[in-house]
Amino acid sequence: MESLELIGIVSIVTAGFTIAIGSLGPALGQGRAVSQALNSIAQQPDEANTITRTLFVGLAMIESTAIYCFVVTMILIFANPFWNYLIG
Amino acid sequence: MTINPDEIILLQRGWFVINATILFTWLVMLLLTLGSWLVTRNLMSEGTLSRWQNLLEVLVDGIREQIREVSRQDPGPYLPFVGTLFIFIAFSNIMGIVPGFITPTSSLSTTAALAICVFIAVPVFGIARQGLLTYLRQYLEPSFFMLPFNVIGELSRTMALAVRLYGNMMSGAVIVAILLTIAPLVFPVVMQALGLLTGLIQAYIFAILAMVYIASASQAQRQLEARRRESKWKA
Repeated sequence: MESLELIGIVSIVTAGFTIAIGSLGPALGQGRAVSQALNSIAQQPDEANTITRTLFVGLAMIESTAIYCFVVTMILIFANPFWNYLIG
Repeated sequence: MTINPDEIILLQRGWFVINATILFTWLVMLLLTLGSWLVTRNLMSEGTLSRWQNLLEVLVDGIREQIREVSRQDPGPYLPFVGTLFIFIAFSNIMGIVPGFITPTSSLSTTAALAICVFIAVPVFGIARQGLLTYLRQYLEPSFFMLPFNVIGELSRTMALAVRLYGNMMSGAVIVAILLTIAPLVFPVVMQALGLLTGLIQAYIFAILAMVYIASASQAQRQLEARRRESKWKA
């Protein structure tokens, strides 16, 4: 097999796995965080402001792991350095 | 499809290059400065406020309130820096809905520059508030062996700040571009509306995280004193 084809296949398959596995963990984590926050708001509605703000910041922190995986996926598909090296 | 607006070159004279990121950053800066200048030209303190003055007052007051709640300090010294970050990012994210406008925050250069601003601002505010030695000592907390980890944490959170904003904004653009090839009629509009929401939330989060980092650098003194008092009280 040509090395170019090989690089293409490996990149695409790896990109799929990256985004699949990389979105799994953060999804579970965000679900837990939101359910806990809803519990807390139900118990202490007075603190809803603080809880919501902290929740948003926390969600962004959790989500950034998924975003890293997304960025890696985009690099693999659209800006693959090995592919570009062989093409160029 | 491009995932990097830096590659869209509009003007090139030798080493002098103007790409889409620079152009649209200048556009955002121009609109913000011009708008603020027009609104603050004739301010009123009584009678009916003009609607634009009302808008700016709500915005500035909201930012002050958020800073006070997060840092539990007087928002005065932090307002210019954190407020500018928030307004710039929020405005350029919202402008992404305008056809033909390429959001400058969807380029890693812009977000990295903003993150480096935060990276520099943290020690500046920390040292200004509690002095050089006390600021440097907090890298040795809780023990000397944590020094490399503290330094790595400082660097990695700067990178996280940049990549988070870039990834969110770039993913919005990419998803709309992909949807345009699959279902071009209505769905891109829905995703654009979702992009407005994520854009505002990301701007909020960027500003809040910058504030949290600055506040943690300038509060260590107080925590140290509290701990000392506590240990004295125990002894």
